[in-house]
Amino acid sequence: MSEKKNKTVITVEPGKQELFITREFDAPRELVFKAHTDPDLYARWVGPRDLTMSIETFEPVSGGRWRFIQKDKDGNEFGFHGVNHDVTAPERIIGTFEFEGLPESGHVILETTKFEALRGNRTRVTTQSVYQSVEDRDGMVAAGMESGVVDGHERLDEILEKIRK
Amino acid sequence: MARIPTTHDPFNAVAEPKRRKIIEVLGQRELSVNEIIELLGWPQPMVSKHLGVLKKVGLVRERREGRQRLYRVDVEQLKPIYDWVTPFERYWSESYNRLDEVLSELQKKEK
Repeated sequence: MSEKKNKTVITVEPGKQELFITREFDAPRELVFKAHTDPDLYARWVGPRDLTMSIETFEPVSGGRWRFIQKDKDGNEFGFHGVNHDVTAPERIIGTFEFEGLPESGHVILETTKFEALRGNRTRVTTQSVYQSVEDRDGMVAAGMESGVVDGHERLDEILEKIRK
Repeated sequence: MARIPTTHDPFNAVAEPKRRKIIEVLGQRELSVNEIIELLGWPQPMVSKHLGVLKKVGLVRERREGRQRLYRVDVEQLKPIYDWVTPFERYWSESYNRLDEVLSELQKKEK
């Protein structure tokens, strides 16, 4: 595969209840949409490689429910579930998202994912996640931190280099 | 997450859009107050106020050169913010890189 030119862009503005995740793909919109709504395909890409994904419920239609569990090597399970509010092929998926591992339930996120057809059979996927509070959002972003093992230093070096120039 | 007072917390310091703007222009090169005022077109007291906060949290460093004071970004101080968002970004980058593989496989099958 050629050098990755498609970069995942996360926009987390301070003090806001939302965040955005944007990524472009070298594939037509219908296909990218399909990879989000076909359970076998979906299970193959959501989450990092070192987690095992098992889908319990997957109803990719308006009003449908979904639930999946990601398991790490030590057997720790992370459950997620939600309801699909609006699934319109091939342009959008709007639904709720809740991480079951929080100390209390009810911290629900509203997610809107848009699939935009670009020139040359490419597709841009943008997800807006709206949280109940700024604290919820910041907590979710920080949660990734606890899973640790991250060494962002190389990339930090690049950024530092850029700023210094 | 426990919060430390504004003056010690780079997260709070960059929560203000005007301060982010100042960091942006100082990220390009070292500047004097007058140069910042000129670049941004803001009144001097506004620039000085935000510059003061950025200096307090250590995001911006000051140095004297003759009669001038020059300001620059201390990039090391931006690291906590960078570290905070990196794992989340990685979760998604990794997922989407896997999706690339799924998509390219699907496209090969179609041909």
